[in-house]
Parts: sequence; C-alpha cells; structure tokens
Amino acid sequence: MTTSELTLPQAGKEGRRSRRVMGAGKQLHAGPATYLVLAVFALVSLAPLVWTAIAASRTDRRLAETPPPLWFGGNLFKNMQTAWDEAGLGTAMVNSVVVAGAITVSTVLFSTLAGFAFAKLQFRFSGFLLLLTIGTMMIPPQLAVVPLYLWMADLGWSNQLQTVILPTLVTAFGTFFMRQYLVQALPTELIEAARVDGASSIRVVWHVVFPAARPAMAVLGLLTFVFAWNDFLWPIIALNQQNPTVQVALNSLGTGYVPDQAVIMAGALLGTLPLLIAFLLFGKQIVGGIMQGAIKG
Amino acid sequence: MTSPKQALAHPASSVEAAPGSQPGAARGADGRGTPPEGKGPWRSRLYRWDMKASPYVFIAPFFITFGAFSLVPLLYTAWYSLHNVQLSSLDTQTWAGLDNYKNLLSSDFFWNALKNTFTIGVISTVPQLMAAIGLAHLLNYKLRGSTVWRVVMLTPYATSVAAATLVFTLLYSWDGGMVNWLLDFVGIDPINWRESDWGSQFAVSSIVIWRWTGYNALIYLAAMQAIPADLYESAAIDGANRWQQFRHVTVPQLRPTILFTVVVSTIGATQLFGEPLLFGGVSGSKGGSEHQYQTLGLYMYDQGWIIGNLGKASAIAWSMFLILLIIAAINLLVTRRLRKSQ
Repeated sequence: MTTSELTLPQAGKEGRRSRRVMGAGKQLHAGPATYLVLAVFALVSLAPLVWTAIAASRTDRRLAETPPPLWFGGNLFKNMQTAWDEAGLGTAMVNSVVVAGAITVSTVLFSTLAGFAFAKLQFRFSGFLLLLTIGTMMIPPQLAVVPLYLWMADLGWSNQLQTVILPTLVTAFGTFFMRQYLVQALPTELIEAARVDGASSIRVVWHVVFPAARPAMAVLGLLTFVFAWNDFLWPIIALNQQNPTVQVALNSLGTGYVPDQAVIMAGALLGTLPLLIAFLLFGKQIVGGIMQGAIKG
Repeated sequence: MTSPKQALAHPASSVEAAPGSQPGAARGADGRGTPPEGKGPWRSRLYRWDMKASPYVFIAPFFITFGAFSLVPLLYTAWYSLHNVQLSSLDTQTWAGLDNYKNLLSSDFFWNALKNTFTIGVISTVPQLMAAIGLAHLLNYKLRGSTVWRVVMLTPYATSVAAATLVFTLLYSWDGGMVNWLLDFVGIDPINWRESDWGSQFAVSSIVIWRWTGYNALIYLAAMQAIPADLYESAAIDGANRWQQFRHVTVPQLRPTILFTVVVSTIGATQLFGEPLLFGGVSGSKGGSEHQYQTLGLYMYDQGWIIGNLGKASAIAWSMFLILLIIAAINLLVTRRLRKSQ
C-alpha cells in the first residue's frame, strides 16, 4: 500500500457548494452509544501500538507464555539497545531521514510549481496534461523496478541512497493535491496584479504562490514524509543490509533465524517512533489536510 | 548575443536589459517591479517568453521524472519480459519470445498468487471501506473533542508498515499469541494464523484494515460534511428515520467518493507487498510455507530477486498492469451505468 492510496476523491458538485449550506451547522449531538462505539474503534487503533511498547519491555521467554503480558516490564532500554545494534538501526535511521527528507523537500517544491501551473496558468494541452498526470497514478511501481535495478547496477549506484530518492522526486499525487488546493486558495487577481507590476514568473511564485500555498505544502510534506518513510518495495530491492532504510532493517530483524520477539518489538517501536512523534506534533494538521484535500473541487 | 544590438536600438531599455544576455539572469533583473509595457521590445519579448514558457518549466520536473523513472522503465519491462534475463548474469539477455508469459500461465504459483491477491484484496477492502463509512458517520455527529477522535483514528496510518506487521505477527502467533489467548476466553479453539489458508489471509488482511480504515473514514467524513443539510431536513419531513436518512441521503450523496476509494483501494490491494512479506518472516517472499498468502507483488519479488529470473519478474509485472487495466475498464463501465441510472 503505497503512494496511490493517498489520492483525492474527485469531489463533484459537492465541492463547489458554499460552507454555509454544509451539514456542519446542523449536526446532531452524539449520544452515549456513539461514544461507546468510537471508544472501541479508538482502542483497536491504539492497542497494538501500546502493546508493542509492553512487549518491547519484556523478555522473549515471557512473550511466549500464556497469558501474554498486559503490563510493562523492565527490559525496554536493553531490548532497544540490542535491536539498535543488531539491525543497524543507527545507519538505517540516518538513511531514512536523508531519503524521506530529500523526497519530501523535492516533492513539495516541484508539486507546488506544477500544481500552480495547472491551477492558474494558461498553456496548450493543460487539460490533457493534467488528465495524464492523474492517469499515471494508476501505474503500479512494480512495472519499473526491473529496468531501474539494472540501470542503477550499470551506473554503479546499487545500495546508494540516490537510487531510492531519484524516482520519487515529484509525484502525480502531490501535483494534483497542490492543484486542487491552489485553484481555490490562490486568487487569480493576485497573480494578475503582480503581472501588471511587471513581475516575472519566478517573482510571482516566490511572493504570491508560495505564501498562499504554505498550509497545503505543510500537509503534503507530512503525507510525503510518511509515505517515503514507509516505502518498501523499491528500497528492499535497491538497498542491501549494509546500507538499509528503517523498513529494510526491520525486515532483516524479522527474518533472523533465531528471532528474539521482545527485541523485534523494540525495533518495531524504534522504527515507527519518528513518525509517531511527527504525528503527535502535527496530527491535527494532517487530519485537516486530508479532510480539506477530500472536499476541494 | 542579440541583446547588445537590441539595447543599442532601444536605448531606453539598455541599462537594465544589457546584462540579461542569459535568459535566467534577465529574468532575475526583470523582477524589479518595473512594468513591461512602455519599455523596449527586448524587455517585453522576454516577458512574453517568460509567460509562455514558465508553465512548461513548472510542469517539466514531473514529466521528466515520470518519463525517466516510470514510462521508459515500463516499456523496458515489456522488453525484458520477452527476454531471458538472469540476476546472476545481467549482461547476457537472450530473446525468449512469449516463453515467460507461457511459463506464467502454466504455473500453479502464478494462479495461486492471482487468487490470493484477489481474495486478500476483497477481504481487506470490503470490510475496511464499510467500517470507514460507519466510522465517518459517527465522527460526523457533534462530538466532544472531535479532533482528538480523528487523530486517534488516523494513528495506525502513521505506523510504519514493518512495525505494524511485526506486531500483528506476534499477536497472531500460535502459542502465547494475544489473539488465540482472547479466543480461548470465548471458548474458541486456537487458530493457526500462520499456516492455515484462510487464517493467514485473514491475518494479513487485518493488518491492511487496521492501517487504512481511519484514513478512509476521514475521506468519507469530509465528503459527508459537504452534503447540504436541507437534504436531511426534507428527508426528515418525509418521515425518514436516521437509518433511512443514512441509507437514502448519505450513501447516494457519497457515491463519487465511494467509487473513488474503491478504485484507490483496489490499486493498493493489487500491489500488496510489505505486509505479507513481513508476516511470513523467513519464508516471507514465498508467502508462507505453502504459498498461502503469496500475492502477485510477492511472487514477482520472489521470482526476480530470490530465484533470480528477472525476465519472468518483468512478465509478472506486466500481467499485473494488464489486470489493473481490466479492472479500470470495468470500473469505468460501472461508473457510466450508475451515472445513467441517476
């Protein structure tokens, strides 16, 4: 499950209705049953994560016993240390930060430029090219991996991080996401005014588009980072165990022949921690961004 | 090169335009807020050129990236699928014609992987989207701490694939696993989640469901909030109860969004890779001891990089593409039908 999930619904006529008539004003208050069901959903959402931490703080032998542990033990830091060393999580973390960071910066930048062009500029075939952009989301990444692998080997780039970064410099999803946002969030008059003042395209982008796009750029950045951090197929083919990303390192931890489950859980916890921290800090914005992306037409 | 001449012919613009012998530099100089009209033709020509070319410059990075890393490789994959390419000897590629495809069609593992991809796709997508709609409906009520609820529901999405799968693998283990322990409480015999056919497929699907339900719920919620309140009012006046309102107002209004999530989830399900790979542990790329949950994505990885037959892997990739195209065509037909019937 990768990029293509992060796509926006084609909001039809709903998107253009003004906020005034939206359901929001006439919502019914939730009853106790609603809270109960939501609490169950919330429990299901959070329990596996909490239990990861519990399991990571135990010993392998304790995890094999019945009943499974339901409260924390004292081995968390020892297990994390072992997982860190065994899976080479230090290198993997740095690699993942570099890869996901580079992909995020470049995707946000280029998607904003392309999204702006599709939203506000007139050029030949723009409608067709936008349709083509959206259509490319249908192509599974599996279709590219064999030639990419062979080319990267030819270039001597096997196991190098640029192998993972280059194919994702900008995405169709990002372009479409920014286009949808800028169509409404960027007043055309603002661009025209800048044009009348004689501003070049670069000036317009820098002083008008970027400021207007900033909230969407932040959301796209977070979504892209999550996607790049979790990407699996191409990194596992392109990188080896000596130079892995976090996902590849965790896979090697899980396929060890004498697995220590508590250590594996500690590794899993460490591997998802950066995302969870980002999510705790910016969860509200991500939620807002998905919601907004979904209705903008 | 031409700019000095131009500058001479039009002294008015000479001071600023002269350094602009390179387009880039000229554009930088252009950006000082001086109106292009009334200045020399060099200036306005540059300005017009900027207006014309910049949209293409802005979309170029996407199309270059797409071309170099998707489109050209896609064609090469087709080419390789007609060749015998081995991981062990990359330089010798011999023509194989349709052999790779014939091999696939006569391979039980290919049909098994196709069947598994379909089964896991259905049992992960259908409950996921149904739960997401129900969840969105609940989140659409006026709630205390509505943002907190939304963030909590989205937490699984922020969990890494590897971490989530490793945890679920342990939860589903045969002895001492949390799931079997809980089943024991309600008097159900333990299930072998790793080895049994449907048990393992259910387990893999549950990871997908867990990670994506909240995400889809938010998309539905956004669409629900865009449904005009007067539709509900008139339904209420006609005597529709809450369930009937949900059934006859909410669901039809969400139809475009539902179709969209179905397409997106289908694409995701076709490419399913990380979850079954990690769930299998050591036998990951085989999809379990008996290939119980080997998906097409896993099958391609196994044939290409574990067994080392990249030609066959290319043929699998193209088969996946053809299947997706068929699904897309069916989807288009269904959408058209639904539109007409409205």
